[in-house]
Amino acid sequence: MASYVARRLLYALPVLFGISVIVFLVISLIPGDPATAILGSFATPENVERLNRQLGLDRPLPVQYLTWLGGVLDGDFGRSFTLNRPVLDELADRAGPTLILAATALVLCAILGLAAGTVAAVHQYGWPDRILSILVLIGISTPSFWLGLMLIVLFSITLGWFPTGDMYSLFGGGGPLDLLWHLTLPATALAVVATGVVARLTRANVLEVFRQDHVRTARAKGLRERTVIRRHAFRNALVNLVPILGIQAGFVLGGAVYIEEIFQWPGLGRMLVTAISTRDILLVQGGVMVIAVAFVAINLVTDIVQALLDPRIAVR
Amino acid sequence: MTDAPAPAAAPRPARRNRLAWWRRLTANPMTLVGMGCLALVLVPALLAPVLPLADPDDTVLSARLTPPFADAGPLGTDHLGRDLLSRLLWGTQVSVAVGVAATLVAALIGGGIGLLAAFYGRWVDMLLMRSIDALMAFPYLLLALAIVAALGPSLMNALLAISIVNIPFFARAVRGQALAIRATDYIAAARLSGMPEWKIIVTEVVPNVVPVIVVTMSTTLSWMILETAGLSFLGLGAQPPTADLGSMLGDGRELIYTAPWVSILPGAVILILAIGINLVGDGVRDLLDPRLKGGALTRPAARTATDLPPAPAGAMPPAAPAPAMVPPGDRADRRAAAGARRAAAGLCLRPALPPGRAGLRRRTDRRAGAGPGAGRPLPADRRPSRRSRAGGTRGGMTTFLTTEGLTKTYRSTRRLPWAARAEVRAVRGVDLAVDRGRSLGLVGESGCGKSTVARMLVGLLPPTGGTIRLDGVPIRTGGFADRAIRGRIQMVFQDPLGSLNPRKTVRQLIEVPLIELLGMDGAARKRRVAELMDMVGLRPEFVDRYPHEVSGGQCQRIGIARALAAEAEILVLDEPVSALDVSIQAQILTMLDDLRTRLGLTFVFISHDLSVISHVCDTVAVMTDGAVVEEGPVDKVLGDPQHAYTRTLLDSVPALARATG
Repeated sequence: MASYVARRLLYALPVLFGISVIVFLVISLIPGDPATAILGSFATPENVERLNRQLGLDRPLPVQYLTWLGGVLDGDFGRSFTLNRPVLDELADRAGPTLILAATALVLCAILGLAAGTVAAVHQYGWPDRILSILVLIGISTPSFWLGLMLIVLFSITLGWFPTGDMYSLFGGGGPLDLLWHLTLPATALAVVATGVVARLTRANVLEVFRQDHVRTARAKGLRERTVIRRHAFRNALVNLVPILGIQAGFVLGGAVYIEEIFQWPGLGRMLVTAISTRDILLVQGGVMVIAVAFVAINLVTDIVQALLDPRIAVR
Repeated sequence: MTDAPAPAAAPRPARRNRLAWWRRLTANPMTLVGMGCLALVLVPALLAPVLPLADPDDTVLSARLTPPFADAGPLGTDHLGRDLLSRLLWGTQVSVAVGVAATLVAALIGGGIGLLAAFYGRWVDMLLMRSIDALMAFPYLLLALAIVAALGPSLMNALLAISIVNIPFFARAVRGQALAIRATDYIAAARLSGMPEWKIIVTEVVPNVVPVIVVTMSTTLSWMILETAGLSFLGLGAQPPTADLGSMLGDGRELIYTAPWVSILPGAVILILAIGINLVGDGVRDLLDPRLKGGALTRPAARTATDLPPAPAGAMPPAAPAPAMVPPGDRADRRAAAGARRAAAGLCLRPALPPGRAGLRRRTDRRAGAGPGAGRPLPADRRPSRRSRAGGTRGGMTTFLTTEGLTKTYRSTRRLPWAARAEVRAVRGVDLAVDRGRSLGLVGESGCGKSTVARMLVGLLPPTGGTIRLDGVPIRTGGFADRAIRGRIQMVFQDPLGSLNPRKTVRQLIEVPLIELLGMDGAARKRRVAELMDMVGLRPEFVDRYPHEVSGGQCQRIGIARALAAEAEILVLDEPVSALDVSIQAQILTMLDDLRTRLGLTFVFISHDLSVISHVCDTVAVMTDGAVVEEGPVDKVLGDPQHAYTRTLLDSVPALARATG
C-alpha cells in the first residue's frame, strides 16, 4: 500500500510539471504585448521596452518559465495589474467561495447520483429505472448555464423564494443559514449534470456487480435482498465509483465558472472570466494553475481511497 | 465447426448491409426518439435559408422586446428588435456546425496522436501520453477557458479550444484499440507479407479503429456543442453580429427580469439537441461496441464473428457454424474430406478423442508390437521420396535452417525508479536444425517458449541473443531483415480468424505478399490468387468473401495460401490446427503434408499435440522452460524417450487410451 501511494505521488509529479508547462505556454502564446496592455496604447516605445525588461519578457522562454515556476513554488504568482494587488492574495480570497460551492455540488451529486443509480439498477427495466433514466438523460443534456438562468427566472424572479445571486445578503446577512439560502440555487444548477453522469455510471457498475458470482452466492445462502444490495452490490460498485466522483470534481470545478458568473458568486471562476476579459494574464495564470492543481490532488485522493476500498488495486 | 462453406450469401452486396445496419439502429425505440429530437431541431434550422424569415440581424428599434405571439414574429424580438425565430434557426446552424467541426478536428488530431503513440511506442508514446495526461489533469472547461484567454475571444478560437480539450478522449480510445490491433496476428501476417509500416497503419489499423472513433464522437459531440455554447454565453465565443445559441443566451441573460423569453428558447433548443445526440449516440454505441452491452464482457472468449470489434457495418449475422454439408460440385472439399477420413482412420485421430491421446495410442501400438500398419504413414526415415529429396539437398555440412543459442529475455518495466526490473528468460539458448524439405516438430507445454522461437524465426521478434542461419548465412539478428529473406520464411498462425483482417476479402488477404514482395500486376495477381486458392482447396467463389463468412478451417486455408503467396520455402506453423475441430485438423494436416511434398517446403511445426507431430514431422525437438531437452527422429523420441520431461509429456496423455491400446 505504501508503495502504491508512493507510486501515485511520483506519477503526479510529471503531471504537475505538464500542467505548469501548459499553463505557462498557453499564456505566453497570447498575441499582443502585455506591456502595451498595461501601459495603454499611448505608451512610448521606451516605456514599453523598460516594462518588458522589468517583467522579464525580453528573456528566452525557458528562462521565463523557470523564473515563473520558481515564483509559483515560492507562492509568488506576480501582481495583478487590474486589481493592483498580489495575485496570491486575490486567489486566497476567491478560493473559499469556490470551494464551498463546488464541494456542496459534489456532495449533492454523489448522494443523489449514487442513490438514483442504485435504485435504477435494482429495478432494472422496471418503472423506477425508466423514470430515472429519462431524468438522467435530461440531466446530462442540460446546459448548466441555461439551467442557472431558468432557476433564477422561476425561483427568484417569479416565486421570490431564493436570492438571484451573491453569497451573502447585503444587509443583516452573514450567518450559515444565509449562506445556505444563497447557495441552494447555484449548487443545484452546478450539480445537475454531474448527478446525471454519476447516476448513469452507478447503475452500470451495480448491474455489473449483480452479475457476479459472489452476489449469487450471497442470495443462495439466504441473505435478505436488502443486505445483498447494501453489503455486496453497492459496496463493490463503490470501488469503481470513487474515481468517477473524482472526475466529476473536474466537471464541477469547470462548470463553476458559468454558475459563479450567473449567480455573481465571488469565487475563482468569476474572477477568471473577468480576468480574461480585462486580459489580466497573471491572474488567469494563477487561477488556472490553482484549480488544476486542486483537481490533481482530488484525483490523487480518490485513487488512494479506491485502493483502500479494494486492496487488489494497490498490487496491480 | 466443419470445413463446409458457411451458408453466407455468395455475392455480398454492400448496400444491403448498410440498410440492415440502419434497420438495426432504428429498431431501438429510444434511438428513434433521439432521431425525432434531432429532426425537430435540425430540419427547421437547415430550412432557414428557404423559410420566409426576417433577416436575423435586422434591427427594428421600434419593435424591441416584443413578447412571443405578438405582432412582431411568432417568438417575439430581442433588445434590438431582431426577430427571435429567425435568430434561433440561424443560431442553431452555427452551434451545430461548430460542434460538428470541433468533433471532427478533435477526432482527427486525437486519432492521429493515438495511432502514433501506439505504433511508435517507447518515448514517442511516453511523451504523447504524458502530455495527454497533463491535458486531462485540467478540469474540462478550465483548459478551454485558458486557451480562449490566450487566443482571444472568437468563435473560431472557441472551436479550437473545445477541440483541444477533447483530443485526449480520442487519443486514449484510439491508442487502446490500436495497441490491441497491433498485437493481433493479422498485423504480424501483414508484416510478414512485406507491408511497410505506414501502409499497415493506413490499410490494416485505421479501418479497424474507425468504430472506436465513431463511438467516442457519439459521446463527445453533445459535450462539444454544450461547451462551445457555454464559451459563447460567457462572451468568449461567437462575437456580434454572428450569433450562436450560446451567445443568444448570453444576450438573454441581461434581460431575464424584463424579457425571460429571450433566454428560454435558445437553451431549450440546446437541451433538445443534446438529448437527441445522446439517444442516437447510445444506439450507435450499442451497435458498434458490443462490449458496452451488459454481460458481453463475461462471455467466454470464443472468437466468433460477432466478437470482433470492427464487424463491418455490424450487419452480418454471426457466421453460424455450418452443418456438415458438402454442396454438389464441391470437389476440392470432398477430396479433402476423403483424404481426411483416410488420415483419421490411419492416425486414430478419432473425433471423439481429445487431442493428444491419439499419439499415445500410436506409441502403445508400437509397444504392443504393431508395426506400421496399412493406412499409417511410414516413419520419416522409411519414406523413400523424402529421403531422396533430403539427400539431394544435403550436399555439404550446412543444414537449411539452423539456430545457435537463440535467446529471448523479457524485462518488465520498473514500478518505481529504484525498483529492480524483473527478468523473464522465455527462450534460453535454443539450437535447432532442419534440412531442406524436412519437417521439424517443436513440442512442449504452454509457456515453454515455442511461440517465441517461432516469432524469432520469422523475424517478428528480435532475439536477445544467438543467431539464425538460412543456408549457413546468418539472418535477422536485429528485427526485420531484407525483403528477400522475409518472403522465404513465412508463418501460419494458431488462431485462424484472428490472423485475418476482418475487413478484407479472401482475395485481398492472399494478394498482399504478391503486391508487396513480388510486385505483381493486377492480371498476374488474379491468376496467382486463383492458383493458390486451388492449391489449398478453397473454392474459387470464395474469392470475394470476408473471413467471418467462411469456416475456421477455411480461414486457416486462407492463412496458408497467404504464406505460400510469398513464395515461402520455410513455413513456421504455430499450432496451425489446435483451434480446429478434430476432423478438420486431419484435413488440414493432410493438405499441409501434401503441399510440402509437392512444393518441397520445409516445416517448423509447433504443437503440443504429439499425434499431430508424429503425423507431420520427421524430427522433433522437445522444449520445456525455454530450452530444448531432447531432439531426434520422431519415432525415436516419441517411441523411446530419453529425457524425463519427454516421458512426462507422453505419460500425461490420459490413461483411457492406454487401456484400449
